[in-house]
Amino acid sequence: MAYRPPEQSLAGQIVDVVVLLVLTVGALYLPLYLGLAGAAKVPAPIENPTWEALGQNAAEQAQWAALGYTDPASANEMITARFDYTFSWTALIVMVVAVVGYFILVVRLSTKEYREVIAERFGDRDR
Amino acid sequence: MSNATVTEAPQRLGLLRVLGPGHVWALGVGIVLVGEYMGWNFSVGKGGMIAGLVACWVAGLLYTCVAMIDSEVTSTVAAAGGQYAQAKHIVGPLMAFNVGLFLVMAYTMLEAANAITIGFLLDTVAGMLGHTGLNQKPFIILTILALAWLNYRGVLASLSFNLVITAFAFVAIIILFVSVKFGVSAVPLDFSAVTNEPLPYGWLGVVAALHFGLWYYLGIEGTCQAAEEVRSPARSLPFGTMAGIMTLLIAATLTWYVCSGLIPWEYLGNAGTPLFDAARVTGNTSLMVLLFIGTAFATTASANGCINDASRAWFSMGRDRYLPSWFGAVHPRYRTPYRSIVFLVPIALIFALGAPLDQVITFSILSGLLGYTFMTFNMFMFRRKWPLGSIKRGYVHPWHPLPALVLLLICGATYFAVFLGYGTQLIAMLCFYIIASLWFHFWRYRFVKRGDQFTMPWPRPQGY
Repeated sequence: MAYRPPEQSLAGQIVDVVVLLVLTVGALYLPLYLGLAGAAKVPAPIENPTWEALGQNAAEQAQWAALGYTDPASANEMITARFDYTFSWTALIVMVVAVVGYFILVVRLSTKEYREVIAERFGDRDR
Repeated sequence: MSNATVTEAPQRLGLLRVLGPGHVWALGVGIVLVGEYMGWNFSVGKGGMIAGLVACWVAGLLYTCVAMIDSEVTSTVAAAGGQYAQAKHIVGPLMAFNVGLFLVMAYTMLEAANAITIGFLLDTVAGMLGHTGLNQKPFIILTILALAWLNYRGVLASLSFNLVITAFAFVAIIILFVSVKFGVSAVPLDFSAVTNEPLPYGWLGVVAALHFGLWYYLGIEGTCQAAEEVRSPARSLPFGTMAGIMTLLIAATLTWYVCSGLIPWEYLGNAGTPLFDAARVTGNTSLMVLLFIGTAFATTASANGCINDASRAWFSMGRDRYLPSWFGAVHPRYRTPYRSIVFLVPIALIFALGAPLDQVITFSILSGLLGYTFMTFNMFMFRRKWPLGSIKRGYVHPWHPLPALVLLLICGATYFAVFLGYGTQLIAMLCFYIIASLWFHFWRYRFVKRGDQFTMPWPRPQGY
């Protein structure tokens, strides 16, 4: 016999929508808002910067000027900022486990649900 | 019951089949072309100029695999929701729920990124005209609301609009390239950084750059979202998607060349509107106006396509009760998923008004990346459950399983690329999807009609 899902009340539907909204904002926006996520780019400005000291040739100086940076001091931080790509192997392993574990979780639970779908659509195999 | 048993589905109000291959191309390229106008250049910031170019081509290879795989599956599972409908028929409801969320988050974040860029662009131009400190927020809000309204009114009108402004934005890139090559620029092209500082982060930077390299093409798979509204899906979807990839490969290479030659890589790696900045460096007013309009059009077309795609994925989930069924309604007059369109507006606004561009882009890329990873094992399962010849396929992609394996390899490298510099966001995004998955499986799934999740007239899958 086909599975008959319960009817969801309007209030229940609203609660579900609120849960998804809270989850979206809580998991994705909150870390940004609290400054916990973002690029790890760190400027390393040099003292008494000149275009030459910042490694900019004549053509590049003209390009900076066209972009509104006529003073090398104004471009000092941007030119010297670099990402820090040092990482811990533990953090990398955690990331790999999280990604692989997530897909395993989803596929395993999906397979269980999929069997129900196929059984209802096509009937049980042993019938 | 026999294996071939198919029960009659109840009649319901469907979406209009009005789109041709040109619209499919416009939907795909329209969403993605903005990747040339902003965002891709963060790959230069993560690895340098050479890394930006390598990322452009490796990402091109990734999307060629995506287009090949997607064209086969979508031309066979021609239903609204694209990859969502594929997951439902091939993997199972929870995977479909996740894929639906990938699509909604990728496109909604891209929509937010587009709105941020429009605000930034107007601020830059106002500053050039002597009006510094422009409040960007009203323009961001106006952009999102106006495009949501356009989508609310009808898909044909909004995608025809996309076709025109996408073509303009593409031609603008070509004109900039040709003009610079013929010496219009007051400042010469300079590629000295390629030889003086080719890899500022070494080869690790090349891998890291792959993160934003995806931005050149992210969203091309959106062509599949309109499967239920295409007149001839088996012909139009592969043609439109492949034509879109070729268009983008050309545009991406031209963009890298012009921007890398005209803008110092340290600036380029942080620029909000790189093509417009390249036009500024030329000192040619006509080019500046052209690229200003091009940037505005590209971002508008992209945001428009994103609203179209995200709302259809949300609509499909509502129709299947993966989400409250209230979202599964079609407007009685305009025949659009109007409730889904309206609901997603505040989410786009929250991120457009409150998050930096590179981080919004990263969320979009991560959702896309999870979706591409899904496509790899989805392809294997599709061929295993319904081998060639067992069902009618609109298109069969060659060299299986090579494209799926290459795609999986590049996806793995891209996760590592995101981890370098943006690891916290990767973990935050995974937490979001894991919690959402548990919520769906242990709560929401009870409202789902099991048998209705399989609507294709196919035989029983092998092994089930």
